[in-house]
Amino acid sequence: MSNTDTETPTPNGVNVAALLGARQALTDAPEAAMFTWRASCEWVNGTHSRTTIDTFAGLGDEHRHRQPMTVDGDHPELFASEDNGPTPPELALASLAACLMAGVATVAANRGVILRSVRADLEGGADLQGVLGIDPDVRNGFEAITVTFTLDAENASKADLEAIVAQSQKRSAVFDMLTNPTPVTVRVA
Amino acid sequence: MQHTGRAGHHTVVVVGAGQAGLAMSWHLTARGIDHVVLDRGEVAQAWRRERWDSLRLLTPAWLCELPGAPYDGDDPEAFLTAAATGDLLAAYAEAIGAPVLTGQTVVEARRTAAGWEVATATDRFTSDALVVATGAASDTAVPAWAAALPPGIETVSALEYRNPSGLPEGEVLVVGASASGAQIADELARAGRPVTLAVGEHVRVPRTYRGIDIHRWLHTVGHLEERWDEVDDIVRARRLPSFQLIGTPERRDLDLTTLAGLGVQLVGRAMALDGHRLLCSGGLAREVAAADLKAGRLLRRFDEHAIAAGLDVELPPPTELEPTPMPAHAVTEVDLRRFSAVVWATGYRPRFAWLDPAALDRKGRLAHDGGVGALDGLYVLGLPFLRRRRSSFISGVGPDAADLAAHLHTRLGNRVGDRRRGRVRDRRLVGPGAPGGCG
Repeated sequence: MSNTDTETPTPNGVNVAALLGARQALTDAPEAAMFTWRASCEWVNGTHSRTTIDTFAGLGDEHRHRQPMTVDGDHPELFASEDNGPTPPELALASLAACLMAGVATVAANRGVILRSVRADLEGGADLQGVLGIDPDVRNGFEAITVTFTLDAENASKADLEAIVAQSQKRSAVFDMLTNPTPVTVRVA
Repeated sequence: MQHTGRAGHHTVVVVGAGQAGLAMSWHLTARGIDHVVLDRGEVAQAWRRERWDSLRLLTPAWLCELPGAPYDGDDPEAFLTAAATGDLLAAYAEAIGAPVLTGQTVVEARRTAAGWEVATATDRFTSDALVVATGAASDTAVPAWAAALPPGIETVSALEYRNPSGLPEGEVLVVGASASGAQIADELARAGRPVTLAVGEHVRVPRTYRGIDIHRWLHTVGHLEERWDEVDDIVRARRLPSFQLIGTPERRDLDLTTLAGLGVQLVGRAMALDGHRLLCSGGLAREVAAADLKAGRLLRRFDEHAIAAGLDVELPPPTELEPTPMPAHAVTEVDLRRFSAVVWATGYRPRFAWLDPAALDRKGRLAHDGGVGALDGLYVLGLPFLRRRRSSFISGVGPDAADLAAHLHTRLGNRVGDRRRGRVRDRRLVGPGAPGGCG
């Protein structure tokens, strides 16, 4: 898997040296590794909401994204809503996809694999008898999620690419949150 | 041999009379360095009292050599039982005249300006150097939620488990699918027990490949000799789970496929309790895919070596491992009311509570560089990948002990010269061979 001809400081647009440097820095100063991610959601109308993501904490300090980012959520017209945004479960799929994708690019870069294209198609099956309260034996969330990666790389075998996808799951925050229980506390301020 | 009344000063105190402590004793004796070996019980206590009845080593007998005692039994490919391993170590201790003091549980070891002070329940020792050889498996690492298990379920650790009949009638949940968990699940299922196995990260390897034992391959390609200061990520390498492997006379495979074939229900890593519900990771498919990929990669490495070494033509042709068959979706929830017993095979931990806290890192691990501790005169031996990948094998502690004894000798310098005593009684030990029932 050597790619001495094509190697650049940022293969796949990933600054590997900076990431490895950060890993070492956080190994030496574990308290700096404690991050808090935030999102604020405003109800707009009906099932339509707008979530704004702006600040986060980490490295012992407060930080801002380059600019506040928003994402709308809504339900489709099928449910008599206005479809102003993806459904929340679709946002969960998007979140998982974005997390795994970032991991694939990073792991590939770290392994010297130059990617030409990567696509992930996600599906989550849900029985609406759960959220609609029809059948108490049916869960609200996805019964299961399937992610299918299609990758094209300059210099990797199928097994190499499968290993990259496996490693991306191993180090994915959202994959962990979706596959493993996470305590969630919801309060009224 | 029973040494008594040797409390007092020794150049070196070695804690633990298993393979690591005995290997160190051989090398200290060879260098004429005065020492004593303290053990909480007898020689090879863990092999005799803390392993299940059917356990055999994962490694063949040829990988059980100790310093001055190359394997010379009649079946180098056999897998020693735990009891035979205990016998082998006891015979070795006797043959090399290791100065072992038995029944000496160390309760505290402190570094002072003058050296080491070591207190056992009954005696006090001082030394210039301390060698920690208590092994990597003093305790089972039980998950935090274990305390909240519903009442009425018997729980045993892999160190306490003996045999299927020792568990109450009924279904058994085995937590952990490395060597211990996979072997215990296998034995329970073969005894007719309904078994559920919670599977986290694991390492799949076939017992034999192209007719050759996995450890012979690992040895041949140089894997076992890889050094701690040469691998990419030693922290990760030291954390790697043990191989899913069993040492049986028929050299059969033990993996998730064979376990599923015995009717063992596979669930994801056991993560948390919610009342009587055990919540298991939905990431089992990833763990299985990763283990299959890594196993396949290892076999290709063997194939490449076979071609390069000109062995390819002599061996049966290369084969691909069958992918582990998985249900479409992992079971993520288990009703614990089904089970009469839970077996913790969730990994082992060394126990260092008795050791000077200055020797430990922030997570309570003994801080060391290839076995050389952070405090003056402190050494550790017998931990996974201490100095080489085979450090945790019986044959791996010998080379580690040789390196560390040399380091220790240099550091202590002249201080050891005037205490020269003893001699190597029987360097060319005639091995006890593989006792009956070992192959």
